[in-house]
Amino acid sequence: MRYVDEFRDPKLIRQAAAEIRRLARPDRHYRVMEVCGGHTHAIYRFGLEGLLPGNLELIHGPGCPVCVLPMGRTDDGLAIAELPGVIFTAFGDVMRVPGTKGSPLEHKARGAEIRMVYSPLDALKLAQAHPDRHVVFFAIGFETTAPSTALTLLRARQLGVANFSVFCNHVTIIPAIRAILDSPGMRLDAFVGPGHVSTVIGCRPYEFIAEDFGKPIVVSGFEPLDILQSLVMILRQLADGRAEVENQYARVVPWEGNLPALRALEEVFELRPYFEWRGLGFISQSALKLRDAFAEWDAERRFTVPGIRVTDPKAAQCGEVLKGVLKPPQCKLFGRECTPERPVGALMVSSEGACAAYYHYVHRAAAAASLER
Amino acid sequence: MKTASEQAALAALAAPETEAAASGVRFKDPRIEMAHGAGGKASRRLIEGLFAPLLLRGRLAAPLADAAHLEVDGARIALTADAFVVRPLRFPGGSIGELAVNGTVNDLAVSAARPLALLVTFVIEEGIASGTLEAEVWAMAEAARRAGVEVVGGDTKVVEHGKADGMYITTAGVGRVDPRVRCAASEVRAGDQVLLSGPIGDHGITILLARGDLELEADLRSDTRSVYPMVERLLAAAPDGVRWMRDPTRGGVATALNELARDSRLGIALCEEEIPVRDAVRGACELLGLDPLHIANEGQFLAVVAPEHAAAALAAVRSAPGGEEAVIIGEVRAEPARSVLAAASYGGTRIVDMLVGDPLPRIC
Repeated sequence: MRYVDEFRDPKLIRQAAAEIRRLARPDRHYRVMEVCGGHTHAIYRFGLEGLLPGNLELIHGPGCPVCVLPMGRTDDGLAIAELPGVIFTAFGDVMRVPGTKGSPLEHKARGAEIRMVYSPLDALKLAQAHPDRHVVFFAIGFETTAPSTALTLLRARQLGVANFSVFCNHVTIIPAIRAILDSPGMRLDAFVGPGHVSTVIGCRPYEFIAEDFGKPIVVSGFEPLDILQSLVMILRQLADGRAEVENQYARVVPWEGNLPALRALEEVFELRPYFEWRGLGFISQSALKLRDAFAEWDAERRFTVPGIRVTDPKAAQCGEVLKGVLKPPQCKLFGRECTPERPVGALMVSSEGACAAYYHYVHRAAAAASLER
Repeated sequence: MKTASEQAALAALAAPETEAAASGVRFKDPRIEMAHGAGGKASRRLIEGLFAPLLLRGRLAAPLADAAHLEVDGARIALTADAFVVRPLRFPGGSIGELAVNGTVNDLAVSAARPLALLVTFVIEEGIASGTLEAEVWAMAEAARRAGVEVVGGDTKVVEHGKADGMYITTAGVGRVDPRVRCAASEVRAGDQVLLSGPIGDHGITILLARGDLELEADLRSDTRSVYPMVERLLAAAPDGVRWMRDPTRGGVATALNELARDSRLGIALCEEEIPVRDAVRGACELLGLDPLHIANEGQFLAVVAPEHAAAALAAVRSAPGGEEAVIIGEVRAEPARSVLAAASYGGTRIVDMLVGDPLPRIC
């Protein structure tokens, strides 16, 4: 398979791993955060941690949209889903996210009309096919998915589809990275930059990381070789005493980003003054809402939602895991009360959540070492 | 003076257990969700927590298998049933009728039984065109002929319009167990080899694409077929070398092997590169964030064979029509017990878990 197999070539992977071991100074400890949940998933899925030297530690960042969504927002969405005449649509990732009274799948089992869609455009089509119903799309994601929501809203307005609205939970990655850099006790050496988000926003927005905070960041692809190569680039910067924005994923990410997508975002959305991130708290100007011109398609304005803040169960330490203070298995609930099938915290829900990735691929794997052939 | 057992008995009388606890019912999920039918962990919880304690009393000691083995007047027979609720009814490479025959034939085959006869029950939605039904009956007749199995009876029900997605089909099958073979998780030993009959994921991905929600197209067909010809050759070549068989349908190879790991209290080590997956299936899985090991198959089977019989077993399956792509994908190990691990040739390893819930695509 082109663009996949060449980035999983065992020989090249072993070479990259050897280069990492060569570059990592034994007298130093390296803490590198991969911002994106897609990277977290890939690191575990391909068993990459096992290839790295012990003094190179990967910290799993906040780049999993499902994971950083506070439970109160899920509750608000599900309150809309329970209204008569509503068809509630969401991505597959959202379906198992626990709300106070259960996940969307559990609401569906109790009779709410909840459907999984692969694109917001499918939700719009559903609205056109059911003019007697109101279709709500539960929008979630970083700049990766926000443009498709924006294009859907532009199309809804163009076609005059009145029985469609969006419950917007889109967030932006830069303020979250800044919040992590600003947080006291931050001890990161560098970042593996999010590949998919960068296809939209480009590389320029990361410059402050290098210039203001003096940390290297390398925008990376998602195959094993991509990630290892990005780590090589990071270690070279650290060895040279450089702090730059570099683009390992240039085959997909243009330096300036995707201008038509950025224009669509600009036309449809504006920044919220502040938004709550699960585990990170309130971050100013970190999330998107629909502009007034799209009020008609804004589910938050069309429907009254409870809007109640729900704090995570005290025992759940999602915040510490999200900030990289704790490793997933160090959480008191990990693998006991909180499992992918019965998640307490959202990090256990999405396959890109650090806890679910850890559970699926490394849990019980102390013995995995014995497997190496 | 009372003995300890008398004291325990008196204590039990004084504090009688609730009826549910006494019956062994452990199923606590408040509602039935799609996941309970998806073949993964939730299905297992339902079967072991509710069905087995109340309906399979006395058979609880044996792990759940694809078919029940019964002894009737000295003859060992295998008995199984399966319900088919696939949507859409027809898809590239097959249809619900063909699936209904092959699915039950395969459950018998991997129980080391020669499929003999089927019963067929139709639950039909009011209003569907007779031609739609007729097409499925033709498909079943043809599949039964190919599998060498007789349809000997059945039942028909019609339900209101809007129910049953056109039709549901249930088949029950009976087969004669090969007396030479002892196939069970308890027979499996460390060092045994894991054999897979061919490429995985074709059926599940074909159905996902045939639903048309994804606007993805691929040249892919369901693998629905009888696996009995391959099993027959395998058993002929190594009757005392085959220790366990399973057709990895819902939940895929990952779930079937996790069940084996759990039931045998052994570990399964897979070599990731050896597992055959067609490019179209890999591509769709990459796009959707699914693992081919979790995707359903309807025409493949897994066998665990003793190491000294592995070469002959592989050659036998490969010699059967449709078994040309069979491979050894891994082996059984003592450690880590109850786990399935996959190793990549560059040295990375990962846990292969059972399917949790329905396979859901991810967003980014």
